[in-house]
Amino acid sequence: MNVFKRTFRFYYDGFSNLPRWGKQVWLVILIKLFIMFVILKIFFFPNFLKTNFNNDSDRSNHVLENLTNIN
Amino acid sequence: MLEGISTSLVDWSRAQFALTAMYHWIFVPLTLGLGIIIAIMETLYVKTGNPEWKRITKFWMTLFGINFAIGVATGIILEFEFGTNWSNYSWFVGDIFGAPLAIEGILAFFMESTFIAIMFFGWNKVSKGFHLTATWLTAIGANLSALWILVANGWMQKPVGMVFNPETARMEMTSFWEVLFSPMAVHKFLHTTSSSFVLAAIFVIGVSSWYILKGRDIVFARKSIVVSSIFGFLAIIYTVFTGDSSARDIAHHQPMKFAAFEGLYNGSEGAGLVALGLFSENSTDPNNQNLKDFAVKIEIPNILSYMAFLNWNAFVPGINDLINGNEKYGVLSADEKIARGKLAIEKLKAFKEAKKAGNVVAADSLKTQIMSPEFQNNNFKYFGYGYIADKNTLVPSVAFSFYSFHIMVVLGMYFIFFFLFALYYTLKGKIHKKRKFLKIAIWTIPLAYIASQAGWVLAEVGRQPWIIQDLMPTIAAVTKISVGAVQVTFWLFAIIFTTLLIAEIKIMMRQIKIGSKTEGGTN
Repeated sequence: MNVFKRTFRFYYDGFSNLPRWGKQVWLVILIKLFIMFVILKIFFFPNFLKTNFNNDSDRSNHVLENLTNIN
Repeated sequence: MLEGISTSLVDWSRAQFALTAMYHWIFVPLTLGLGIIIAIMETLYVKTGNPEWKRITKFWMTLFGINFAIGVATGIILEFEFGTNWSNYSWFVGDIFGAPLAIEGILAFFMESTFIAIMFFGWNKVSKGFHLTATWLTAIGANLSALWILVANGWMQKPVGMVFNPETARMEMTSFWEVLFSPMAVHKFLHTTSSSFVLAAIFVIGVSSWYILKGRDIVFARKSIVVSSIFGFLAIIYTVFTGDSSARDIAHHQPMKFAAFEGLYNGSEGAGLVALGLFSENSTDPNNQNLKDFAVKIEIPNILSYMAFLNWNAFVPGINDLINGNEKYGVLSADEKIARGKLAIEKLKAFKEAKKAGNVVAADSLKTQIMSPEFQNNNFKYFGYGYIADKNTLVPSVAFSFYSFHIMVVLGMYFIFFFLFALYYTLKGKIHKKRKFLKIAIWTIPLAYIASQAGWVLAEVGRQPWIIQDLMPTIAAVTKISVGAVQVTFWLFAIIFTTLLIAEIKIMMRQIKIGSKTEGGTN
C-alpha cells in the first residue's frame, strides 16, 4: 500500500472507530466551525478594510485619515 | 479626541474582546499543560512497560481531547474582531503581526493536526516510540503555537524592532529577531506557559482527588497525583521566577502599570511592596476618583525597589510622578508626552495633506523627517499620547490592577504549598485519609483558573488606555461602527461561549464519571 492509501486508511479507521465522546466533540467542532465561518464571519464580522476599500493604498489612506482626524 | 468615536463604542468593543479572550483562555491553559503531563505519563509507560501507565495516559488524553476540541478555533474569533472592530489597529500593526500569526497558523494546523491524530488514532498502529514522539510533538506544538501569539502580545506591551512608515500608515518590521527575542515577549511566553502547566497539574490532582474521595480508581489517582504534584511544584517555582522577570519588564517599560498594580501613588527610593491591602472609598485626589486610598495595607519596605530594579534603594516612580513628571529622576510629565505626541500627529497630518495635494517634494521631505531615528525617538515614541484629552485617563483602574495582581500572587503562593502537601501525602500513602485536603484539591481547580485569568486581567487592564504601549490608545484603534452592532455580537458571543463551556463540562464530567477503566475510549 502506498503512503497516501495508508494515511487515508489510518484516518478512516480512526474516525470510523470514534468513541462516544469523540463523536460528540466532533459534532461540537462542526457546529462551532459552521457558526463561526458561515454565520459570524459573513454576517457579523466582515473585514472592515477589505470590504470597504479596493486596494492597500486606499486602506492606508483611510487609516491615515482616521489617525490624523482629531479635534 | 478622535472625531466620531464615542467612549461607549470603545468600552463595548473592549468588553467584547475581553469576553472572547477570557473564554478562549478557559480552554487554552489546560491544553498547554495537560499535553505535557500526558507526554510525561506516556514516557513512564514506554520506560517501565507498565500497562497501568498506558491506562492513565489514555484517560487524561481523553480529557485533553475534549478540552482541545471544544477550545479549538475559539481564538479565531479574536482575529475576526481585529478586522471588524479594531481595523485601525490591525492595519497599523499588520506588518508586525503578519509573520508571527502566519507561523502560528501553520504550526497549529500542520503540527498539531498531524500529531494529535497519531496520538488518538495511533495506539497499536505505530510503534511505542513513534507514538510517544507524536504525543510530545503535540504538546510542544501547542506550546509553540502559543509562543507566536504571545510574541505579538509582548510587542503590544513593548513595541520593538520596527519603524513607522507614513506612506503605508503601518509599523514596519525592521528586525524579526528583535520582535521574537524581546525580553517582554520571552518572559511573557515563559510565564504564561509555566502558569498553564500549574493549572493543568492542579486539574489532574483535583480530578484524581475526586476518585479517591469516591473510593475508586485509587492506584490510578495516586499515580496521577504523584506525577502532577512534582510537575506542578517545578512549574510553580519556575512561574515565580518568570513572574519576577515579567514584573521587572513592566517596571522598566510600563511604569504606570507597575505603579497601579502596587497602588504606588508617590514614588520613592527604597519603595515598599504592599503585600496585602484593601482600598477605601476615599480618593487620594479629589479630581480623580480612580486613585483610591488604602483603608488598610501591609507593606514590606524596600522590596518594590529591589523587585523593579534589583537595587534596594532604587527610585520607583509612582502614579503622580508619571502624571506630573519628576525632574530629579528624569521622569517626563504626561503634559510633555502629550505635547510630543501631538507634534507627531501634526507632522503626520501635514504629510497626509501634502500627499493629497500631490506635493511630492513636501511629502517626501515629511516622510524622511517622520522616519528619522531622531523623530521616532523623541516624538513618534509618544505618538499615542497625542490622542489623550485628559491626562487622568492615562491611569488604569488602580483597584482592578492591584486586586488582580495580588489575587494572582496570593494564589500562586498557595499553590506552592498545595503541591508540596499533595506530594507528601501521596508518597507517605496517607492521601486517602486526608479527606479535607482532597476536598480542598477539588476546589483548587477553579482557583487555578481564577489565578490564570487574573494574570491576563492585570496584563491587559493594567496597560490601559493603550492597545499598543505609548503608540496607540484604544480610542484610536477602534473601527467607527455602531455601538448597537457591537452589543449584539457581545451577547451572541456570551451565548455561544457559555454553550461551549457547558458542553465541555458535561462531556468531561461524563468521562470522569466513567473513569479510566475503559481506557478513555481510545483504541
